[in-house]
Amino acid sequence: MRELIRSLVETYGPSGAEEQIRATIRAEVESFADEVRVDPLGSLVVRKQGSGEGKRIVLAAHMDEVGVMVTYVDEKGFARFTHIGGVSPLTCIGARVAFADGRVGVVGLEEKREDTSKVPKFEQLYIDVGATGRDDCPVHVGDAAVFVRPFVAQGTRLIAKAMDDRIGCAVLIETLRRLERTPHDVYFVFSVQEETTLSGARTSTYSIEPDLAIAVDVTGTGDTPECHPMAVELGKGPAVKVQDRGMIAHPSVRDLLVQRAKEAGIPYQLEVLERGTTDAAAMQLVRAGVPSGCLSIPCRYIHSPSEMVDEGDVENSVRLLLEVLRAA
Amino acid sequence: MILRELSEAFGVSGNEGDVRAIVLDAVRGHVDAVKVDALGNVLAFKRGTGRQRMRVMLAAHMDEVGLMVVGHDNDGFLRVKAVGGIDPRLLPGTILQVGSERIPGVIGVKPIHLLKKEEHEKVPKLEDLVVDIGAKNKDEARKLAPLGTYATFATRFRELGPTVSGKAFDDRAGCAVLVELLRGERFRFDLHAAFTVQEEVGLRGARVAAYAIEPDCAFALEGTIADDIPKDKDISPTTELGKGPAITVMDRSFIADRRLVRLLTSTAEELGIPYQIKQPGVGGTDAGVIHLTRKGVPSVTVAVPCRYIHSPVALLSLDDFNNTVRLMRQSLSRLTRRALEREGSETLERERSET
Repeated sequence: MRELIRSLVETYGPSGAEEQIRATIRAEVESFADEVRVDPLGSLVVRKQGSGEGKRIVLAAHMDEVGVMVTYVDEKGFARFTHIGGVSPLTCIGARVAFADGRVGVVGLEEKREDTSKVPKFEQLYIDVGATGRDDCPVHVGDAAVFVRPFVAQGTRLIAKAMDDRIGCAVLIETLRRLERTPHDVYFVFSVQEETTLSGARTSTYSIEPDLAIAVDVTGTGDTPECHPMAVELGKGPAVKVQDRGMIAHPSVRDLLVQRAKEAGIPYQLEVLERGTTDAAAMQLVRAGVPSGCLSIPCRYIHSPSEMVDEGDVENSVRLLLEVLRAA
Repeated sequence: MILRELSEAFGVSGNEGDVRAIVLDAVRGHVDAVKVDALGNVLAFKRGTGRQRMRVMLAAHMDEVGLMVVGHDNDGFLRVKAVGGIDPRLLPGTILQVGSERIPGVIGVKPIHLLKKEEHEKVPKLEDLVVDIGAKNKDEARKLAPLGTYATFATRFRELGPTVSGKAFDDRAGCAVLVELLRGERFRFDLHAAFTVQEEVGLRGARVAAYAIEPDCAFALEGTIADDIPKDKDISPTTELGKGPAITVMDRSFIADRRLVRLLTSTAEELGIPYQIKQPGVGGTDAGVIHLTRKGVPSVTVAVPCRYIHSPVALLSLDDFNNTVRLMRQSLSRLTRRALEREGSETLERERSET
């Protein structure tokens, strides 16, 4: 699974420009699926036919990642930029970013600032792609870039950019590959534009009209120095969401995940996330309403170029999803 | 010029009747069907020549930002609140039209002679301002402008040579572009035009319009921010006047469909029509809700750059306006169903090589 994760996290795919990551995922799933289609906004929908006695279930992981977008190129060829999704100026300083064609830029920080003890604003940062002026600058207003950071596996920890939510994509792909027989019609949705507006999952769910939906995404942890208190730790198993800022998990979905974890002896944690939300928030509001929940992979340093997850949590997420799909 | 009529019309969010009447009149005879929906959107349908079986939505909002009467003082002054994004710095001393009778009003301001030193440096808050319609007392003020009465700026449309000035170019400029497109030849596909309500207070009309239309793709037509006024640093203007229609790649409400952006930019380049990419990350439009409709709608926003929007007077370039109509017409003539298809590896490969 490590090679799958490496390939997913190192592929380019900021919100709104998911073509490359979609092609990567498509190649991984095509031979295991009964149907593969791309929705109008670009989400990849992969259907696995059930034996007929079960429900119509959506499992959603978003394939887009946070990034930056060029807003202006100045006379000397430096590119000003804004964020795509939740990015902090702090994690941008000194970072390298890559554009769709692989071109790399370095994020620089203006030296003359009124108060250097303050966190700089995006207006004080720029991307240097090595251009000498506006005319030879190879990047243009509207071009999107993502962080550059290689995948590292160290002990049981996996570190990379875009673990949010390529690790969810990896869990879905692995679940599909290992899924032999299920009563349920399962729709694996690799959604677009989660980081900005939760757009892909909402619209794909509208097409699918599921009986139940589970988002598979990362969540924060409370196990790092001086962090906000949160009862989720790396390595203690996948987290079953109770609620976050955008939704309250449907009790039946929450209980289903807990029940199956208990039965199979899979470690799990309960998650209450005080900041942030996932595709499930949008999916539960589609049409007449969809009972929705979330299986979360604990992750440190979310939205930074070095997001860290535990390999055991990833494996147990796959096992738990297989347990959920096993029986009606 | 339809823009003059539209600009001078009274149409604060939730009260778009005057604009609606002008739009209905302007498109009649040029469309195959037109109706007003439950929320007040004008939905006009122009059948295609049948060569491209798809439904294309073009949306422009009829409403403008303004004020609403929320109280009356004992001495006959009106208290108001903002409807949509109004900048209080611009209000003192401006002339308003109040209510359907268009009663003239002035936003009261203390004469400079009486200002204390600290008052010179402060911007009064909206709740401290009053509207003076010349009423003698509370009863008369109530009678002339009851609670809930709308007010808008009393700005006449003017031609200043290559530019024109007026109020409400956001989004009467978009409405005017849409009227021009409806008045032209048929396209190959079925065109569904939506003149929407209540954009400025939460993109409300467009949401239900898109649900009813069920389009295959959508274009929001706008009058957008041009902040090319002098600055002390070489930083980004949102858009610039005279540099052509502004195409949105990403704003606060949505990310545009890259294939539609490419259709617009390649059409512009091929025909030598000037265009600009609007500074990403700023503003929001009806496309923010249209793209989320039903199974999803690939969408993009195209705008006429306007200086000083949401103020008593905005300014736009007629060249930009005409180029926006031209770019839209030419791009739509090139739009095919195939351009929106994504199924199959062939399409994927093509997309991949283009990015």
